[in-house]
Amino acid sequence: MAFLHIPNVRIKGISACVPKTILENKHYPAFAPDEAEKFIESTGVERHRVAGDETCTSDLCLIAAEKLINELKWPKNQIDCLIFVTQTPDYILPATSCILQQKLGLSEETVAIDISLGCSGWIYGLQVLSNMISNGQLRKGLLLVGDTTLKPCSFEDKSTFPLFGDAGTATAVEYVNTSEGFKYHLAVDGSGFNAIIIPEGGFRNQVKPSSFDIKEYEPGIKRNKLHTVLDGMNVFSFGITKAPESVKKLAEKYKINLEDVDYFLFHQANKYMNEKIRKKLNIPVEKVPYSLKNYGNTSSATIPLTMVSEIASDLILKKLKIIACGFGVGLSWGSVYFTTEKLVVPEIIEY
Amino acid sequence: MELNKFIENLANVFEDANPDTIKPDTRFRDIEGYSSLIALSIIAMADEQYNVKLTGDDIRKSVTVEDLYLIIKSKM
Repeated sequence: MAFLHIPNVRIKGISACVPKTILENKHYPAFAPDEAEKFIESTGVERHRVAGDETCTSDLCLIAAEKLINELKWPKNQIDCLIFVTQTPDYILPATSCILQQKLGLSEETVAIDISLGCSGWIYGLQVLSNMISNGQLRKGLLLVGDTTLKPCSFEDKSTFPLFGDAGTATAVEYVNTSEGFKYHLAVDGSGFNAIIIPEGGFRNQVKPSSFDIKEYEPGIKRNKLHTVLDGMNVFSFGITKAPESVKKLAEKYKINLEDVDYFLFHQANKYMNEKIRKKLNIPVEKVPYSLKNYGNTSSATIPLTMVSEIASDLILKKLKIIACGFGVGLSWGSVYFTTEKLVVPEIIEY
Repeated sequence: MELNKFIENLANVFEDANPDTIKPDTRFRDIEGYSSLIALSIIAMADEQYNVKLTGDDIRKSVTVEDLYLIIKSKM
């Protein structure tokens, strides 16, 4: 059973950067008449941010990281590790974390790695980073998490394009000798690997001329083999089962009373699915913030983005008990329990 | 698990459906108001009422109301 308690580490601050360009779903052309209204009502996504061709995930994360480092007053030469979590790296190779080390001006004596995960990525990245720091040999770490999911989505696919949004985030993590740290439950089910997939363009199915052939699957759903395919029904069935189960397992293992938790930060899949999850766990609505309305499903960025966009003032001023739960592409999922106290949370940045 | 109760649960998934008009051999996609969201609601109903995890394939290969009923029953 993948339960881990990693002590002596704390989150010190969180920041987020989103693209300036806003697309309103009520104007999205692939919807049939009246469909936009129904889509917005069920998914909760009124608008989303799109990075465009010039901006990569790493650019958004870089800006978020610079702002956070600046407000934390962290000397850059004291940053020991950098983890970049994304499904939309700059290149197939090299790893984007290497590029980010140079762009951020971090020391050569930095551990830099990429992790390829989406919806569960912030939880997994935090687990790896906190584990690196926990024994005190490495002291300060940056977790850069984000996606420009709209790049591999077909604009003419109403099952993906209006749902997703682009965002980059930075989470600063530090060694603190007395902290209770993080408690995790992590899990995976590779039998669902094709529930969210870009079928061609990797090395299993290499890109070929037919990869670019656009096919209409149903009205409003046109894409090629290099575009993201989302099997909404399988993802839904997975999410409403595994997300509540993971939170329950975590609470049971570590004897956490869910009523004592101040905020539950779920991956922002869509409102309909997330509300099913919330109700299954009997969590009051005011403890479950949503960033879906203005930013959509931002893949790996949803949890830190929701913290920055929805509960920043509480994070800055209060001592909080938090459970976060990510679930999706992989299929991969996990939950984490931690406490925060007076975090540094810069205002959301537009780029 | 009882078929009549299942039909009642299924009718509740649709906004204005009258359970009396839904029969075991009714094609559920032909019921007025069917949409991709209704498909998700059927998955949610199976989860909530029967503690059964319906997959996308279960929905895709089902045609009639009875098909759905039998799949859920087989998974209980």
